[in-house]
Amino acid sequence: MLAHAIFFYFFSILAIFSALMVITSRSTVNSVFFLILDFISVGCLFIMVGAEFLGMILLIVYVGAVAVLFLFVVMMLNVAQQKQSWFVGQKSTHIPSGLIVSVLILLELLVVVGGWKYKENIVTSSNLVIDRTSTNTHSIGNVMYTDYILYFQLSGVILLLSMIGAIILTYRKRENVKTQSYLKQISRDKSSAVMLKDIEFNKGVKIDD
Amino acid sequence: MIEIGLGHYLTLGAIIFFLGVIGIFLNRKNVIVILMSVELILLSVNINLISFSIFSGDLLGQIFTMLILTVAAAEAAIGLAIIVIFYRNKGSIRVEDIHEMKG
Repeated sequence: MLAHAIFFYFFSILAIFSALMVITSRSTVNSVFFLILDFISVGCLFIMVGAEFLGMILLIVYVGAVAVLFLFVVMMLNVAQQKQSWFVGQKSTHIPSGLIVSVLILLELLVVVGGWKYKENIVTSSNLVIDRTSTNTHSIGNVMYTDYILYFQLSGVILLLSMIGAIILTYRKRENVKTQSYLKQISRDKSSAVMLKDIEFNKGVKIDD
Repeated sequence: MIEIGLGHYLTLGAIIFFLGVIGIFLNRKNVIVILMSVELILLSVNINLISFSIFSGDLLGQIFTMLILTVAAAEAAIGLAIIVIFYRNKGSIRVEDIHEMKG
């Protein structure tokens, strides 16, 4: 129990610190690095608390794909030198109200967490009780591919849509680039491509007459 | 203090949610940091769902976390594509320079 507490505090303090650094660090590249650190520490928390599959998914999908995508875009857009920090430049009127709203949200959430109690029969009211005898991945797969197959496929459709959307958004037609035109290639017929001639013996053939 | 319960995880989620919201409101640098704040908020939602799922012994929260993960990945891809085309047109993604809609 003591080890659990020590690990929890270590990873959660690391997560909070890196979340703070994401929104305050001066260059965007550093923000992305701290975002990666945040995902890794929260992934370790997930693994520690018993959701190993989702912790690993967080490491693979987020650190391996999403955070690297962020890093890619930051490097590509050349905004790394943009070192403008908070509260400088022209004054913005929404900063005080934004601060008030965010602090209120934090206070509300903490009050809810502090005054919250278990319902008596919350475990027995579920029909998806976690089975301690099989692994986490096994039990998620058992549920995901049977009862929730529709949601699973819908999330696949969402991923396909986002892929198509990203490609269409960033696609641009370039000038003076030689490419194949499939429509042109398959729509030509024999009359425009081949000319048949009867050639008399010993006379030869004259084209373009 | 030593006994780590559901409340500790929920408090962690609340703090990360708060940091994400404050990052959206107070951001003066560029839109990419706003997208990262949205990722932080989604992460805190995932923390809440997983801790409830573990501590109440119900697997449903982990299923929902997977769906949230896919939606978050899709949102990041689309948002970054929008940022790329905005940068290509305007040459800047600073928050102050984005005022086309007079919002």
